[in-house]
Amino acid sequence: MTTDERTVEAAMADLAASAPPTLAPSVLVEVGLADRMARLDTVIGPLYVAWNGLGVSGVESVDFAATHAERTGRPVHVVDALPADLARAIERRLGGDRRVRIDLDLRGTTDFERDVWRKALDIPRGEVRPYGWIAAEIGRPKAVRAVGTALGHNPVPLIVPCHRVVRTDGTIGQYSLGGPRNKRTILASEGLDPDAMETLARSGIRYIGSDTTHVVCLPSCHAAKRITAAHRVAFRSMDRARDAGYRPCRECRPASGSAAAAA
Amino acid sequence: MLDSRWAPAIGPGPYPGRRCRLNLRRANGPGTLCPDATVRTPLGFWGLMDPDARLLADLARDLDGGFETLVLAHQDRCYSIALRMLGDPGAAEEAAQDAFVRAYRALAGYDATRIRELRLRAWLATIVLNICRTRLARRAARGRPPLSLDLETEGAALPEPVANDHTTSPAAAVDREETARRWARLLTTLPPAYRAAVILRHVDGLSYPELAVALDRPEGTVKAQVHRGIALLRTAYDADERLEREEMTA
Repeated sequence: MTTDERTVEAAMADLAASAPPTLAPSVLVEVGLADRMARLDTVIGPLYVAWNGLGVSGVESVDFAATHAERTGRPVHVVDALPADLARAIERRLGGDRRVRIDLDLRGTTDFERDVWRKALDIPRGEVRPYGWIAAEIGRPKAVRAVGTALGHNPVPLIVPCHRVVRTDGTIGQYSLGGPRNKRTILASEGLDPDAMETLARSGIRYIGSDTTHVVCLPSCHAAKRITAAHRVAFRSMDRARDAGYRPCRECRPASGSAAAAA
Repeated sequence: MLDSRWAPAIGPGPYPGRRCRLNLRRANGPGTLCPDATVRTPLGFWGLMDPDARLLADLARDLDGGFETLVLAHQDRCYSIALRMLGDPGAAEEAAQDAFVRAYRALAGYDATRIRELRLRAWLATIVLNICRTRLARRAARGRPPLSLDLETEGAALPEPVANDHTTSPAAAVDREETARRWARLLTTLPPAYRAAVILRHVDGLSYPELAVALDRPEGTVKAQVHRGIALLRTAYDADERLEREEMTA
């Protein structure tokens, strides 16, 4: 007895299968129509990280699934862990490695906000810049307050290091990720002494120069840290530094936002 | 035959929320019904339309809003095509996922007219097949066996027997699963071109004109490929039977 065509065709129709329940959610995450969220342990304790196929879309110090879904309009699925390569990339970036690439999903944000955040990414680990510096560097010197607001709205703190932006008077300023205390902890973990920085600021000192090179820097600039005590010269304003014959450092560009600092 | 659950005149349709999953065994096949009618779209018009036409109209207007519906409506068939081409559930899920991501990116670059005029079932099948072909070629290059022999996982991917099916006694279910597994194995031994043609026609249920589009061959050619594929399967099955009988009598 041989099998007839109809039997084969019926057998083939029986081979239709149901997709596994993981398929549709994975597709939606991959194209950026849904997010996943998982916990990541860091220097300031547990962080919650949201991501999708386009990149990291949110970082918070508390489980923010509900608010994230509300902000982005996308469903959020909480999972056990970040993908290994993303967790590794974030760890390396938090460790100061700026070469590691972390894609970000910043849909729904403004050009101005993205300019501010991109500029914050230029600030090296262990250094800080004033809000007015960011405003000047992105060509909007008068938008100091708007820069502060944009940094407060940074959806991916730590990855975009808004903690490295401080008040123009040198005090530490606000921080969206769990308040100013966290900002101190993070800056300290990056090798900056926040107390010393504020003490210096309170004494009115905004810039540090070297009397051998006649170059003037922001106090946290790595070039300023190399100046030995005997050759350190403190300045209260860029005008005074210029009058004394000093030129601004090309790395930290202290003249950016110096008008705001003087005001 | 309209099922009232799927076609309320007004209000949420079969896809009311983001988390709703439809488990249609064969999207758009017999028994699958047209999507919902909403206030915007009177049932009388859309209800008579090809469900994909409605879906494409939605996608043309709002890709992000309609894409989940596309995935839910077509995931079973895309997964089935990949599973029967590759013979391995894990690889099939990856291939189906890649296919939907590719489809999304393509749709994002198409204008509304191009989206509305797509032959959706054939178009998706083409994308899945292309991904499967690449994977098969990569496997061959690595010198790996062309299919998974892991019967455990293969069985797990078979459809659940329908609960109210009166033929489903436990023994019959085991039998049916065993038979399906055997056909699935035989299918993966077919040359890929015949395998693809048989899968699209008889596992997925595409029409010959759709097959011609999906395989980019004249209708006559795809018909011949399907018939040749079925003939090869018959021969393989009969040989398999003979072998089994000989083993039992030996």
